[in-house]
Amino acid sequence: MSGTDGKGGEVTSTEPALRMEGVRKTYQVGDEEVVALDHADLTVASDEIVALVGPSGSGKTTLCSIAGALLSPTAGKVVVGGRDITEFSARELTEFRRTSVGFVFQSVNLVPFLTARENLLVVDELGGRKGDAKAARARADQLLEELGLSDRAGNLPGQLSGGQRQRVAIGRALMNDPGLVLFDEPTSALDSHLGEQVVRLIRDEMKRRGTAAIIVTHDQRITGYADRTVEIEDGVVEG
Amino acid sequence: MRLALRELRRRPGRFVAATAILALIAVLLMFLGGLLDGLLDSSTGAYRAQQADVVAYSTSARRSLPRSRIPEDLRALAAKAEGVTAVGGLGTLQVAARPSDEPQTRDLISTVLIGYELAPRGLPSEPPPLGSVIADSSITADGVREGDTLLLGAGRVPVKIVGLVDDTRYAGQASLWGSLETWRTVTQQLRPGQAAPDAVQALVIRADGSPERAASRVEEATDGALEALTLDEAIDAIPGVSQQRSTFNQIIGVTVLVALVVVALFFALVTVERISLYGVLKAVGASSGTLFAGVVVQAVVVTAVAAAIGAGLAALLDVAIPPGSIPFALSASRLVLSAALLLVASVVGCAFSLRRVLRVDPAAAIGA
Repeated sequence: MSGTDGKGGEVTSTEPALRMEGVRKTYQVGDEEVVALDHADLTVASDEIVALVGPSGSGKTTLCSIAGALLSPTAGKVVVGGRDITEFSARELTEFRRTSVGFVFQSVNLVPFLTARENLLVVDELGGRKGDAKAARARADQLLEELGLSDRAGNLPGQLSGGQRQRVAIGRALMNDPGLVLFDEPTSALDSHLGEQVVRLIRDEMKRRGTAAIIVTHDQRITGYADRTVEIEDGVVEG
Repeated sequence: MRLALRELRRRPGRFVAATAILALIAVLLMFLGGLLDGLLDSSTGAYRAQQADVVAYSTSARRSLPRSRIPEDLRALAAKAEGVTAVGGLGTLQVAARPSDEPQTRDLISTVLIGYELAPRGLPSEPPPLGSVIADSSITADGVREGDTLLLGAGRVPVKIVGLVDDTRYAGQASLWGSLETWRTVTQQLRPGQAAPDAVQALVIRADGSPERAASRVEEATDGALEALTLDEAIDAIPGVSQQRSTFNQIIGVTVLVALVVVALFFALVTVERISLYGVLKAVGASSGTLFAGVVVQAVVVTAVAAAIGAGLAALLDVAIPPGSIPFALSASRLVLSAALLLVASVVGCAFSLRRVLRVDPAAAIGA
């Protein structure tokens, strides 16, 4: 399966979606140095779905944040879609997130006063709409259709069910045609039946697009849908 | 930006309280400004109407028109100063007037009789004949019409109103414009001690070049016996004018500060409420600049709407206030100035939320 050739534009079938080498992240708390991530190595292939599991405080959020260009590592190297983002400035990271990665958050964080369709378009608008607005609208409509939300495009988040909201969030993550999508506990707010539906949808969507995904989860059932499970404990990746 | 405008459109209820408070502040600001303008108009009209560059008083009068006396010889010296093209005498007498058809009325009209030579705007270049005056139109609020005769002072010296002129009040009183001869005659009859046959109280001077230079030349030519002021300086020297201006401007300044605090507090609260949303938007690629621009846009729109409502209410007040009751003059420039002050206050007020927007950590969106 070939990789996406999205706005990031640098993901190819041979290039892994993510390569982390010897990544270390420490925080200074008072005089003490707290190690959140310790010499983590992780490679995610361009169409691979990786489940990242570990107890609370194990460092999976930190790993996910570094992979998603939300945080810069203290040491090590991070290459996303062929681009080395280790030394990126805050501004470059913002731009990179907008164009090259997708996020689905734990609590469904849609903009409450925007319709489903507008929530997808918000990514495009926040970037000052450098691209073609018509194309963005067409893409939003297409994604909503693929996610089974065509008839809900004009509804506000408050008028949607939990599962529908999560699907809108997935649509938003896919708007910029990313090479890597990060899911942060995507099923934690859903009941088991809905949760399974959403995970199946995630898998189908990622595989159909050939997009890589990291799913942070506690949920053992999710790991069955992933290509690989990586465990993390006390900041050390074991996989 | 588009996000911010959509929120305003879709959740107007959220912004109603702030808009209402700002609209009240706007109307207060415009009312205060209108009062200041009205007061200044009623104090300074006689000077603003002068078509002259310089006003000269005797130096010993310390810029006070009633105290000033300028004899003929000083006037002649001033007229010879370099660049001076015309000199006219000015004499004033503050006097209570009563209508001749109701001489027993208890409501006296405060007036100031002004004798002139160089015609101010709206007045004939040849002053009306002895015993006749052209009155400021504000006197009609007291029921006086053109053609009426007024009895001036305790001696009830009659003067006939032969015309009306707008916006020439002095120190809050309606002015009665006549010849220097009329002024001297009335002064002679009412206050014999104050009348001097050839003296005037002030000189209005037209000159070539800048008014400042003309003023200093007149002072030099009279060897310092005259204090010459530019028209603007002379207006500021009218008793009460600069005090009124500074008092009102301080109140207006405090009111603008209140508006600034209202905007700052409101949008600080709104920003706190939005912190998790901002985290998510930053995570998906919004910059702090974009998010803060949204806050500014909302503040500016809310303030502009409030200013428009305030202007409407101020216009209603203007219509509702009976003419002559309180000095209130509402002008388009005052409305625009008030709105501009409020808009500046709103942008500055927003700036207090900037740090909070900058500090939102996009990484907080994950694992929340």
